[in-house]
This record gives sequence, structure tokens and C-alpha cells, in this order.
Amino acid sequence: MSPLAAILVRDMRIAIRVGGGALMGVLFFLVVVTLVPLALGPDLALLKRIGPAILWLAALLASLLALDRLFAADHDDGSLDLILTGRAPLEIVVAVKGVAHWLTTGLPLIIAAPFIGLFLNLDARAAAALVLTLLVGTPALTFIGLIGAAIAVTLRRGGLLLAVLVLPLTVPVLIFGVAAANAAVAGPVPFGTPFTVLCALTLASLVVGPFAAAAALRQEME
Amino acid sequence: MRLSASDLACRRGGRDVFAGVSFSVASGEGMAIRGRNGAGKSSLLRMVVGLVRIAGGRLALEGGDPELTVGEQAHYLGHQDALKPSLSVGENLRFWSAFFDAASADVAEPLAAVGLDALIDLPAAYLSAGQRRRLSIARLLAVKRPIWLLDEPTSTLDAVAQARLGEIMRAHLASGGLILAATHSVLGLDGARELQLDQASLLQAEGQVQA
Repeated sequence: MSPLAAILVRDMRIAIRVGGGALMGVLFFLVVVTLVPLALGPDLALLKRIGPAILWLAALLASLLALDRLFAADHDDGSLDLILTGRAPLEIVVAVKGVAHWLTTGLPLIIAAPFIGLFLNLDARAAAALVLTLLVGTPALTFIGLIGAAIAVTLRRGGLLLAVLVLPLTVPVLIFGVAAANAAVAGPVPFGTPFTVLCALTLASLVVGPFAAAAALRQEME
Repeated sequence: MRLSASDLACRRGGRDVFAGVSFSVASGEGMAIRGRNGAGKSSLLRMVVGLVRIAGGRLALEGGDPELTVGEQAHYLGHQDALKPSLSVGENLRFWSAFFDAASADVAEPLAAVGLDALIDLPAAYLSAGQRRRLSIARLLAVKRPIWLLDEPTSTLDAVAQARLGEIMRAHLASGGLILAATHSVLGLDGARELQLDQASLLQAEGQVQA
């Protein structure tokens, strides 16, 4: 097994075992979305209109939930020191850790979204658009979150700082993700316009995230 | 292969930890780093790995791979054992052995060398402190790297395991490796040199000292 495959397999194993964050994200997602119809009442037209926005907000919060331990756990038990003495570039290791995190927390959200969307009176067309936007947009959330997770690595209450640092940076992803999901259902903008911007945001964050996070980690190790 | 340092200085948190530290260790040689708490033993080792910035002086490795840093040719055994509690003993060691691109994926032999082969499927969460340390030491055996940087390697080990570690270190030196170990106790290496870190200056005891 190559060094990078080893990191991917290890992180996914830890996430799906006891104490890992994989199921927590989906459960949190389910709880938040379930609360919305209970708070707003059974107004089906209203729920249908705000459904994509609620699901996107819940996915955003859920994908940040497990992120604070991503580097902090490796820092606390000394694994990060050893990772830095490896021959694999830190930027790539960081990116692989991001991919493992997305596969274990982002992907389950996307699979659960159409079912949880039934609570919000989402029809098949809206659910398909939502899944597509989440599939493209959640990697951006994870990779932007990497930067916050790397900055908060040595802090005891890093989770709160992470949310404060990362949430403002995710605003563009949220705006274009919700816009694309809404456009597919209601218009008037064609689906392609906001969706293309969303793709661009994801591609940019896939490049910037690992480099910024690796730079932050190197700085923290001093 | 020869690892040499001249006039190394370390500054951490705005405080000078040590300055003017020089040493030279060649293949087959071990060096014990000694000093009171806070003298900078761990910082010196972390500096050699590349985890602490060199504030002054020079660190050079002759005869190593010029494409790689010293840290990339070294094993660092720190205070923390770098083990994941939810992974088994075998999975923990297989991960590090794959991450460091070991020539062989076999972990049974290094585990047997530290006496943990019977626990290969036990989650690391159930290991005692001494067993965790032995599992870390198995990493040094699973992946071949010439330089070993050991920070208090004998802490938490019982007498039998300390003797076993002595044998492992002697075998490493005999195969042409070199060892730097920060320690307060006896290492069990015949003819190892000593580097005394004290009062933020150098008091280097050259020559052959029983360490």
C-alpha cells in the first residue's frame, strides 16, 4: 500500500469505528432538518420553498461538525510529528485526509438528503437537483474547513474557533449551492449558471485548501 | 554516514534554550544526550528531525541521501506514541509501515521482537503504557531508517523490556545505524558518547563514556 492510500484507509477506518465522526454527521443532519417542520408548522408550500436552503444549511453545519478533530487528534497523539518526517508532501497528505473526511461525513449526507428531504415536501426533481448541488458543493465545504482545522490544531476549544473562522468563508458556496438547487425547481435563472459557479468554487477550494492548511500546520509545529 | 552539528542554538517561546551545542556521530555510534529537565534535550532531537527551527549553527549529514532531509532518513520516537486507540496493534503498525514505505509489509516479525505478537488483533486502547511504547519501538524495526532519534526511550519500560531495547539498539548500531537518545537512565550501549546539555551552554564530554 502506498503512503497516501495508507492515510486514506486509516482515516476512514477510524471514522467508521467507535468514537469516529461518520455517523454523527448524518444524525446531526437528520435532527436539524427534522426540527424545521416542527418549528414552522405543516405549511407544505412554505416548506417546499425553503427546503433546499434548510438542507444546505444543515449539510454545512453537519460537515463542519467532525472537522475540528481532523488534525487535532493527530497532533495530540504525536502522529502529526511522524507524518512530517514522512516522504509524502504535507500538502498531498492534507488533501488525502480531506478526501477521507468527505467520504465518511460528506457522502453519507448526500445519500441521506433525498430521504430527509421528504420532511420538507421535496419532490423528485428538487431532490435530484439538491443531490447534484450537494455532491459538487460539499467537497468545497470540507476543503475550506481544512484550513480552519489546521489553524485550530493546537487550541483546546478549537471547534468553536473553527466554526467562526470557516463559516464566513463558506458563504459563497452556500449562496450558489442554494441558488442552483432553487433554480432547478422554480427558475427564473437557468440551473447551469449558479451550478457552474459552484463547480468553480469547489475546484478553487480543492487547490487552495490543502496548501493553506499545510502552511498553517507547519507554522503551528514550531 | 556522519551526523554533525556545530554551534547549534535553540530558541523557543522567546527564550534561549541552549546555544553552542556541537557534536558529531558516525555510523555505528550512539550518543546519549543528558541534562536537567528543560535543558533542551527534546528540543535538540526535534531540531534534528526538523520539527523545531534551527536558530543558529549548522546541522549536516554526510553520506546520506542528498535528496532527503535528515528527518526523512530518521526515526523519531517522541514522548507520544502516535497510536490510534480504535485501531488494533497490527493495524497501527501496518499503517506506519505503509506510510513510511517499508520494503516489507510484514509486521509479525517486528511485533515478535518487542513481544507483542500475541496482541496483534487487540485494539491499542487496551494497551498499557509500556506496551504502547513497545509498539512504537516496533515501528523502528518495521521500517529501515539509518538514524534513530529516541526521546526517553526507556521510560515506562520494565527491566526486561529495557534490556530488550538495549539489544535492539546494539543490533541497529552493528548494522551501521546511528542513535541519538535523550535519557536520564542507563541506555545499555557500550562505548556510547555523552552530550551534556546544561546551563544553556556546552559542556561536551568527548571520548568514551560508559552510558
